[in-house]
Amino acid sequence: MADNEQKPKRSLSGLEVKPVYTPDDLADTDFARDLGQPGEFPFTRGPYPNMYLGRLWTRRQIAGFGTAQATNERYRFLLDHGQNGISTDFDHPTLTGYDSDHELAEGEVGRLGVAIDSVRDMDDLFLDIPLDEVSVSLTINHPAIVLLGMFLSVSKKRNVDWSKLRGTVQNDSLKEFHGQKTFALGPVPSLKLTTDIVEFCTDHVPNWYTISISGYHIRESGSDAVQELAFTIAQGMAYVESALERGLPVDSFAPRLSFFFGVHNDVFEEVAKYRAARRMWARIMKDRYKAQKPESMRLRFHAQTLGSTLMRQDPQNNIARGTLQALAAVLGGTQSLHVSGYDEAFDIPSEEAMRMSLATQLILSHESGVANTVDPLAGSYFVESLTNDIEEAAWEYISKIEGMGTGEFLMKQGMLGAIDSGYIEREIARSAYEYQLRIESGEQVVVGLNQYRSEGTQKLELFQFNPEEEEWQKRRLAETRSGRSATDVKSALSSLKQAARDDKNLMPAVLEAVGALATEGEILDSMRDVYGEYVDPGVF
Amino acid sequence: MAAQSANIKVLLAKLGLDGHDRGIKVIARAMRDAGMEVVYMGMRVTPDQVAQTALQEDVDVVGISILSGAHMRLIPRLTKALREREILDDVLVMVGGTIPEDDVEPLQKMGVQGVFPVGSFTTAMTEFISENISRGRSAPQV
Repeated sequence: MADNEQKPKRSLSGLEVKPVYTPDDLADTDFARDLGQPGEFPFTRGPYPNMYLGRLWTRRQIAGFGTAQATNERYRFLLDHGQNGISTDFDHPTLTGYDSDHELAEGEVGRLGVAIDSVRDMDDLFLDIPLDEVSVSLTINHPAIVLLGMFLSVSKKRNVDWSKLRGTVQNDSLKEFHGQKTFALGPVPSLKLTTDIVEFCTDHVPNWYTISISGYHIRESGSDAVQELAFTIAQGMAYVESALERGLPVDSFAPRLSFFFGVHNDVFEEVAKYRAARRMWARIMKDRYKAQKPESMRLRFHAQTLGSTLMRQDPQNNIARGTLQALAAVLGGTQSLHVSGYDEAFDIPSEEAMRMSLATQLILSHESGVANTVDPLAGSYFVESLTNDIEEAAWEYISKIEGMGTGEFLMKQGMLGAIDSGYIEREIARSAYEYQLRIESGEQVVVGLNQYRSEGTQKLELFQFNPEEEEWQKRRLAETRSGRSATDVKSALSSLKQAARDDKNLMPAVLEAVGALATEGEILDSMRDVYGEYVDPGVF
Repeated sequence: MAAQSANIKVLLAKLGLDGHDRGIKVIARAMRDAGMEVVYMGMRVTPDQVAQTALQEDVDVVGISILSGAHMRLIPRLTKALREREILDDVLVMVGGTIPEDDVEPLQKMGVQGVFPVGSFTTAMTEFISENISRGRSAPQV
């Protein structure tokens, strides 16, 4: 075969990988300056001194489908089977801010996530789940202020003090224009709403993580690891600058920013990506934004193994892929982890697949020994070199985006410009296309797809969607609408619009609207009235 | 093949609220590189909008990508909208995405000629178009 050819090996993202690494490769690396001790600046080795010796990563499998009741049952199943955090997956209508009876919602209500129309559904979703004990991640972006408002409203009703809530709201509005693509509003108003949440929580929900700055969706959209790292850090910088522009002191909000990355197949490149991310963020926060608190500088992240790496062919092979990816996330020092189900090339995961994903995490935790020491790959000539290389490549992108900005807040303006011009989306689409061509030419081997194909297909027991749930959800929505005070809703929505026109923080008005049983779609419609609707420019 | 592809006009779109547009953008580039003219409508369009655009743009191919599981709800509306405009028999309808095997035959009965589940190669799609456009409409193929 071609094993002996002289072409240099490359990482999955195209970084050159040498046959052998030696101390010469780290001649410019100063271990005290560039790595430091775990839990110390620049946090390359991890955000905490003892890492998994103190506490293992959180096993947080995302889940959501059908009605709030159905998803609530899955949450309780997962909590009973070793999960210790909840992550909510919302359906497309909820993610994009439409009610379940909207024309565009047809066939998608509760299909890929749970359907939430009003605060009543949010209450059902967390039935019998102690909100002050279990940390909850709300995976929602442009309508984040509404879903967080519903969650806060439910907490209040249950007499759970907001200071006891320790969850996360994804609230990463900018990545919606090039990853995930569940936008509702344009870049400027959605960034304003992101910043409203940061401001409101800093004052009223002090232990809540206000933005989960996300590279995961960028990677699922086809970016390489360098782009994932660069665009995620750039987004983070834009959020910091937006909050600074609002007048918030950097150390008041920065400790509550967290990150979310994908995990792809190239084990060492992924580890290098996480280590580089921590070092970059620490230096950016300290040097550029003058943070004083170490908590403002240390990057913490959630990792999810990438659905796009899962194959339909020989689906059990995906268990091996998920294990290697999970290993990379742990070696890279993740704070929480989701292992995607081996059947997700077909549909959302079955209960059996989620059990397997949790077992993968438990085996890594308790059998593999990888959690016995902190940052086990530190000092590896190869891994440290790769960490340096991926950081350098990411900085090139960040500088380019910075160059697109003007004024005092260069990265904020630069990101808005890079989104408007379609630059980021085109860069990601180019990588996605090149990767696909490498697979089709056979240059990139994918076992079972373009090589080592096996005859016959394995039949899996897939997730069974109950189509009656859509009708049930629509009936419930109608019931909510008929059982509320129309005057209260109208008045709350009109105050909300006024607050938007006056450029006030919208959270108080959203809380009022949610309390009046205004639906998510109605609240978003009010915002669309003021800010306009965002239409996909169709860049490819 | 390139010579034949040069005159082929393809309309691509994503129906419903589904945000998974990685695949369709890859396909758009592949078809463009194969010499076809590509019109990409983007996301969140309705079946009626697709049919209307197909008529106005006089396209040869309508390619739809759905990874939300809503294909059995949305594709019948699309083929109906194409039939109403009397162009269902003139265009090659292709559907890609998370399509279970069991749904392939029902989709073909609705008027979909090519079904390409996730993992399909772009070359399979461009070849499928070239073959079916140059020879006129042939039997359904998966």
